[in-house]
Amino acid sequence: MEIVLALAIGVLIASGVWLLFRPRTFQVVIGLSLISYGVNLFIFSVGGIRIGAPPVLDPAVGGAGAYTDPLPQALVLTAIVINFAMTALFLVVLLASRGLTGTDHVDGQEPEQ
Amino acid sequence: MNGLLTHLIVAPIVLPLGAAALVMMIEERPLRIAVSFATVTALLLVSATLLLSVAAPDASAAAVYRIGDWPAPFGIVLVLDRLSAMMVALASTLGLATLVFSLARWDRAGPRFHALFLLLLAGLNGAFLTGDLFNLFVFFEVLLAASYGLVLHGSGAARVKAGLHYIAVNLGASSLFLLGVSAIYGVAGTLNMADLAGRLPELSGAQRTLFEIGCAVLGVAFLIKAGIWPLGFWLPPTYSASSAPAAAMFAIMTKVGVYAVLRVTFLFFGPETGDAAGFASPLLLFGGALTIAMSAAGMLAARTFSRIAGFSILISSGAVLAVVGAGGGRALSGALYYMISSTFAVAAFFLLVELLNRARGTTAPASPPPVFEDEYRDPYEDGSPSDEVGVVIPAAIALISGGFILCALLLAGLPPLSGFVGKFAMMAGLSEQATAADWVLIALLTLSSFTAVVALLRIGIESIWASKESVTPRVRGVEFVAIAGLLAACVIMTVNGAAVFRFTDDTVAWLSRPQDYIGAVLGGDVPPAPANETSR
Repeated sequence: MEIVLALAIGVLIASGVWLLFRPRTFQVVIGLSLISYGVNLFIFSVGGIRIGAPPVLDPAVGGAGAYTDPLPQALVLTAIVINFAMTALFLVVLLASRGLTGTDHVDGQEPEQ
Repeated sequence: MNGLLTHLIVAPIVLPLGAAALVMMIEERPLRIAVSFATVTALLLVSATLLLSVAAPDASAAAVYRIGDWPAPFGIVLVLDRLSAMMVALASTLGLATLVFSLARWDRAGPRFHALFLLLLAGLNGAFLTGDLFNLFVFFEVLLAASYGLVLHGSGAARVKAGLHYIAVNLGASSLFLLGVSAIYGVAGTLNMADLAGRLPELSGAQRTLFEIGCAVLGVAFLIKAGIWPLGFWLPPTYSASSAPAAAMFAIMTKVGVYAVLRVTFLFFGPETGDAAGFASPLLLFGGALTIAMSAAGMLAARTFSRIAGFSILISSGAVLAVVGAGGGRALSGALYYMISSTFAVAAFFLLVELLNRARGTTAPASPPPVFEDEYRDPYEDGSPSDEVGVVIPAAIALISGGFILCALLLAGLPPLSGFVGKFAMMAGLSEQATAADWVLIALLTLSSFTAVVALLRIGIESIWASKESVTPRVRGVEFVAIAGLLAACVIMTVNGAAVFRFTDDTVAWLSRPQDYIGAVLGGDVPPAPANETSR
């Protein structure tokens, strides 16, 4: 379980970083999204991975050790919302940049035809 | 502070947040201006009250506000101490001056200027006041989201392109921030800064290493915001592309990064923390010194006013970071003074650059084609009633040149203004410690003054004395009032230097006693670790 999660986070962030360094804006957006997915999974995993353990207090469940940590779940929710909003905003800026400059390069120019 | 006054601590966040929502719903421009002007003025008064409440000799050094009255390590707390009160006051003063300047024309260039501006202030104040690392992230995002809007304010190809880079860099930095915060949570099981600092001695071995890795990742995120070399490459292009009021307001955004570094360094890695002491000091020292050197070189290469202003922001945050790395003490007190003074000076310079460019006749951008069906307008040809066009001040050129000279003195750190006092205090503090690194830092500070003089002299002669196509700029009274206010703040800081230094000395003394901060936030007793922590 741990190794699968670690590999997933690693692959997501590695592909995200590679895409982040690509020249076109759309690739950068996808790269940033992949990085944020990786980061979200990472936040989720810092509470320890548990299956079927409740995060909210329940009289039927015994000691504190039987619960999963609820805080990373709250943190990841906040992070997801913020990342979603930022990606939407970045897409708008991407479209504005495309409309104003006529090219979707981040920092370069279209090659001569 | 008791009774109702305690609730004043949350006002710097709630006030602009509420006003931003209100301003969104108002169509009429005069009413919009009235709301945001009243809010920012109230903010200034509130921050002055807060500053006085912590600066009084008999006052308790920190006031803690529990949001929702949850006890400290479980709920989120706002902590008002000398450092955060000083930063909130700095942001409010800068906010008022910038808002006054923008009333001349810039607030009409885009539809949501006032709302974005107030949200930026809310995010800044929240970041300064919060005592929780994740909450710090949230407020960073609030202020960044507002700043993305302000960078694009006024539209145009240059701004959109610079804004695209700025947003991409900061989204990457935010991911690093989250990684760092969650790694720290994974190790320590808390995100309250005081609680973290209190639990630090319990960590050892692999946990300790993981914690330091988390702090290092977090530190990189802060340093990207603070603009340390080589992570500050995004700053000069972005700031020089954005509109004058936005750029002036951004002068304090690098200081948020510096503030976060100061806070975390002194709480987690202060002199009292045993073997963890000075964890990032060498890096901050060399990074800060390199930032000063590289920005001084960049300043020499810069050919426009706004790029020079951008590099002087980098120099000021580099100087503060290097002094933090060099060990603090009396030099840090000088660095805090220098930080306040240079923030005002750079902001005044950014505002002045707008008028200088107008005098050079170089700010007539072709009206950008609208990208979206929105109410974007070119601020230079707004269709406002002509009775709002204020008087053309005959002595405008003389006033602009005078302002330029004052800004140059402040930025270069020449006597008699506060730039010199701050730099001198830093050098005096460093020469007391007198290690080789301190002398190098003193040499670099001197060098940066020299390059600032050369760069500003050259561009001043080129564009004010020897300019052929000089036009008498149309300048409105409010624009002069804003710049004069910021410069007057620097003059007041010079005249009342002893009082300011007493305050910064106390701030440094307070920062180097993290035990008091922890005691104030947690109410003296650190709660026992939760039972499930050992089961991980």
